[in-house]
Amino acid sequence: MILTLIEHDQGVIDPQTFGMLTAVRGLAAEQGGALHAILIGADVAGLAAGLGDYGVTAVHLIEQESLDAYAPNAWAACVVEVMAAEKPTAVVGVGTERSNEVMAHVAARTDLPLAANCLAVQPEDDAWFVTRMRWGGTLHEEARLHGEPKLLTIAALGIEVETAPSGSAPEIIAVIPDLTDADLLVRVISRVEPERKGISLTDAPVVVSGGRGVGSAEGFAVLEQLAALLNGAVGCSRVVTNNGWRPHAEQIGQTGTRVAPELYIACGISGAIQHWVGCKGAKQILAINTDAEAPMVTKADYAVIGDLHEVIPALMAEIEKLKG
Amino acid sequence: MDILVCIKRVPVTGAKVVLTADEQAIDASYLSFAPGPHEECAIEEAVQIVKKHGGSSTALTLGPDAAVEQLRYAASMGVDDLILLETDEEWPPMPTARAITAAIQAQEKKFDALLFGNESADAGGYQVGIRVAHALGMPVVTGIKKLEFEAGTAVAHRQTPAGWEIYEVPLPAVFTIKEGINVPRYPSIPGKLKAKKKVIQRIAPEEGDVGLEKVRLVVPEAEASDVTILGHGAAAAPQMVELLGELGLV
Repeated sequence: MILTLIEHDQGVIDPQTFGMLTAVRGLAAEQGGALHAILIGADVAGLAAGLGDYGVTAVHLIEQESLDAYAPNAWAACVVEVMAAEKPTAVVGVGTERSNEVMAHVAARTDLPLAANCLAVQPEDDAWFVTRMRWGGTLHEEARLHGEPKLLTIAALGIEVETAPSGSAPEIIAVIPDLTDADLLVRVISRVEPERKGISLTDAPVVVSGGRGVGSAEGFAVLEQLAALLNGAVGCSRVVTNNGWRPHAEQIGQTGTRVAPELYIACGISGAIQHWVGCKGAKQILAINTDAEAPMVTKADYAVIGDLHEVIPALMAEIEKLKG
Repeated sequence: MDILVCIKRVPVTGAKVVLTADEQAIDASYLSFAPGPHEECAIEEAVQIVKKHGGSSTALTLGPDAAVEQLRYAASMGVDDLILLETDEEWPPMPTARAITAAIQAQEKKFDALLFGNESADAGGYQVGIRVAHALGMPVVTGIKKLEFEAGTAVAHRQTPAGWEIYEVPLPAVFTIKEGINVPRYPSIPGKLKAKKKVIQRIAPEEGDVGLEKVRLVVPEAEASDVTILGHGAAAAPQMVELLGELGLV
């Protein structure tokens, strides 16, 4: 049996979780068929039934008032308890910040190895052969994962979600966990809503992003104007935030935000891996750069060779002309 | 407050990754090295905490002798003490966490806070800080972009797509830091000179059971690149507008 961790927040299952279930379903079939899930929270029973559509055969439902707020170590305690009772061959989470965190707590509590952000998993007699992401996915690591059960998370961002051919309502198994104060010590005590200023980077259909080539904080004025004209958002590279030209909240990249707009306009960005990881999800990339050999240009779908300080004003003038 | 910051030496990659012949590492012959971006911010945070609350800062790394360079970099930013857990090569998360735990237990100093990067820039295992916290019986909060201390407790802010989550934990505790918590300083010349003279505490840990055994690294096949050059300079504006039109964006 394979046990999966269902990630949810404020009543909604994280969409990448369904990608993970899609990926793991075949693995579960090879292992004998059973695909179990664990649902943890104060009021989560309503999320259980729909998991059958993704091939889940049984849900271990852990509902307790004290689990109202997210508490990573308490979630891990619940997972460990179900692990001990059900003896799965593997425990699998999704490769998000939160599930990676919970699974790392599970690994620490059980002193088992954990392979985070796996792209492929091949069960073998003893160690499982896994391919996992390094450098935000620009490098792959092939490794043998030891330990019993296997602990891993699946990088699910690129997985196309499919429902199971014969999805039926899963069996619900209620579990009452034995949680200590220490398990619940680290928990969300309050939340602050995100500041909404214009369209967010992750929702914008167009992201106008600037790099070293913009030259200064003031240089971003034209990028802001272009973004406003296209109902888009402004992004930037790490060089820009390190220079203090723009806030880190606008940084696109491995250690910033990952975006997937219809169009990503990269202005004066060379295209180092750190940045590429954050923008490669865009449907189309247009690079504006003086250097025709810059990786951002050669990897882009479209490019204009030239100085962004000349190209962008000309583009805006052309758009204005079109709008009349 | 006494703060420990754990960092990792990683290559500063450009746009293309080239592997060594044995496929065990990135060929860094032509690359420079740095602490990972999250860790550079963790160093800055440690220095700022000590400036505000007094005490001391210590930087620790596990890696080859060459990782002394990253410890000295931390010192040049203002870190007081340096510890090297010397190994031949990169270790997987479990032995790394065991070695760091043992080194912390061996120190006379009892740290109030341990800072890690949220994940290493290269391996991205997302677990060493959490493993060390469990081994030492400390609470751990991950992904921190704002950290405040008051009378034996810490308030830590974590950014999620749904906004900020606020945590409050008693000290000592472990925090894994994310880039954006601060803007790391550039080392000053006097800072660099001072860093050169720092004594480094060296420890030779035993690796033991690895758990996750690296077989080899693979550079994924590059996505086919067939860039269409729309034009040069301002003259390309009409072609750009045409593209925007095709994409339904104007």
